[in-house]
Amino acid sequence: MIKNGTRLQSQVCDTQVIVVRSADSLDDLRAGGAAMVALDAEKSADIELDPALSEGNLMGKRYVDDNGAEVLVTKAGKGTLSVGSTPLTVKEAKPLPASD
Amino acid sequence: MSISLLLEMASSSDPDRTALVSGDMRLTTDELSALADGGAGVIASSDAQHVAYVGTGGAMLPLLLFSAARAAVAVTPLNYRLSSDGLRELIDRLPTPLVVADAEYVDVVAGAGKQVISSAEFIASARTAEAAAEFADPDSVAVVLFTSGTTSRPKAVELTHNNLTSYITGTVEFGAAAPEDAALICVPPYHIAGVSAALSNLYAGRKMVYLTSFDAREWVRLVAEEGVTSATVVPTMLDRIVAVLETEKTPLPTLRSLAYGGSKVALPLVRKALSLLPDVGFVNAYGLTETSSTIAVLTPDDHRSALNAADESVARRLGSVGQPVPTVEVQIRADDGTVLGAGEPGELFVRGEQVSGRYTGIGSVLDDEGWFPTKDVAYLDEAGYLFIGGRSDDTIIRGGENIAPAEIEDVLVEHPHVHDCAVVGADDAQWGQIIVAVVVPASGASPDAEDLRGFVRGQLRGSRTPDKVVFRDELPTNATGKVLRRELVSELNASKEPA
Repeated sequence: MIKNGTRLQSQVCDTQVIVVRSADSLDDLRAGGAAMVALDAEKSADIELDPALSEGNLMGKRYVDDNGAEVLVTKAGKGTLSVGSTPLTVKEAKPLPASD
Repeated sequence: MSISLLLEMASSSDPDRTALVSGDMRLTTDELSALADGGAGVIASSDAQHVAYVGTGGAMLPLLLFSAARAAVAVTPLNYRLSSDGLRELIDRLPTPLVVADAEYVDVVAGAGKQVISSAEFIASARTAEAAAEFADPDSVAVVLFTSGTTSRPKAVELTHNNLTSYITGTVEFGAAAPEDAALICVPPYHIAGVSAALSNLYAGRKMVYLTSFDAREWVRLVAEEGVTSATVVPTMLDRIVAVLETEKTPLPTLRSLAYGGSKVALPLVRKALSLLPDVGFVNAYGLTETSSTIAVLTPDDHRSALNAADESVARRLGSVGQPVPTVEVQIRADDGTVLGAGEPGELFVRGEQVSGRYTGIGSVLDDEGWFPTKDVAYLDEAGYLFIGGRSDDTIIRGGENIAPAEIEDVLVEHPHVHDCAVVGADDAQWGQIIVAVVVPASGASPDAEDLRGFVRGQLRGSRTPDKVVFRDELPTNATGKVLRRELVSELNASKEPA
């Protein structure tokens, strides 16, 4: 299982995430349909963004799946975040008032 | 994750946004990031294992937080008001530190056998130094803060990168601030609220305006000049700001949110502030150093509902610290460890990723299930609002009966002739301790001790009546507004020594 705190990048768009809460499902985490790889890993040159998974993602938002996995987008990109072909969903947080 | 990533996100998404204003210095997120990279280089080339900071804060605090993070060492902002000996004693407890000090404190820390660099030199070197960008282990310590030590020797609280970033990402929405939003920061750099302010406002995308030595008139002036939309103050600051607003009637049209915390704020002061600033949303924030800042908030809506409530149980919530933040769990426990239900007072325990509970040289004080004992006496009401009744260390034991000073203080401070008060236990041959109310009279009033005792007796059980009432011009407090009860107790005990 991927460790909490691991940073990953997309191979087909600008997306970068950090794993906030890991789950086995994240072993198949994808952005734009292609597997996400470690931040320092070489990107594969011959894969492209899957048009069916190109809704994009939002900077600073947390995305979750049904298995309790959670990732934070640290750099937004054009690819949809998914586990396999199932898109992750944005975790809606109730806004808290500024307290510091 | 590392706190460094918070800055990386802020600077990559909006590099030209003004991140902070501190005296003459203005930095965009990109400039702050570049300076932090250079600062990390300065720290790395010093071979220090820790950074200590002695100074009034401002831009230096976020700069050192991120420089240290990128050099993968921990940083400790120290209380610059301490004596030279006091400072050296704390610095000696840090592993091979590089001491960064504002010009006026360089002499105070020089000669302690440590590497010392002035804040100005640090900034100048950071501008030209080769950048260092280590990636700190997220479970390593990012910040070490000394507790104020009002009741015992200061303890060194260790906050990891994960503690701090869990707090930020769990309670703050990235980039949620409007472009015109600006936060006025006047809490000291060595206080957890100073650390969390630097991280949370940057992450929210809110310009940080620093006021390094608090003055109520200057605070009001800066709110107007910089279009400040939110601010955080400790009780003593709120008291002074209210006094200025009462006499000068300065309008603060941009201010939308005012958070207060650090220690308990008397209810009459909260009501007065609410009536003077009817368009401002008030936030009461409760947290501890060990919990990486806020763990419960009383929101602006909560304030309004409580103020307008006919129902006594809702009205009472104005004196609560609100509800726990979603990422923190709370429990109230009896002395034997039993978890108590609504309305039953006991010790507050908290659990969550932002909770450290670890001290240098002591280790973790979390229990097997990760719960941290706060040493605060508290209870939850039926709706889950949290009421804090003071420190368990402050409990007065009179003739075998446990008495929480807060209960008596809450009554006394509502008397029209009382501006402020603290209730403490003084040594007594017959009772062990007696209840002494130390009262600061309202301006122009000369309250009568018997009258005040009668006022308390009319509302609480007879055993809660102060045995003695003494008057004082002001209460001794530390910079964050905590009343120095030990000081009051030793004065009282000394004054009754036989001549």
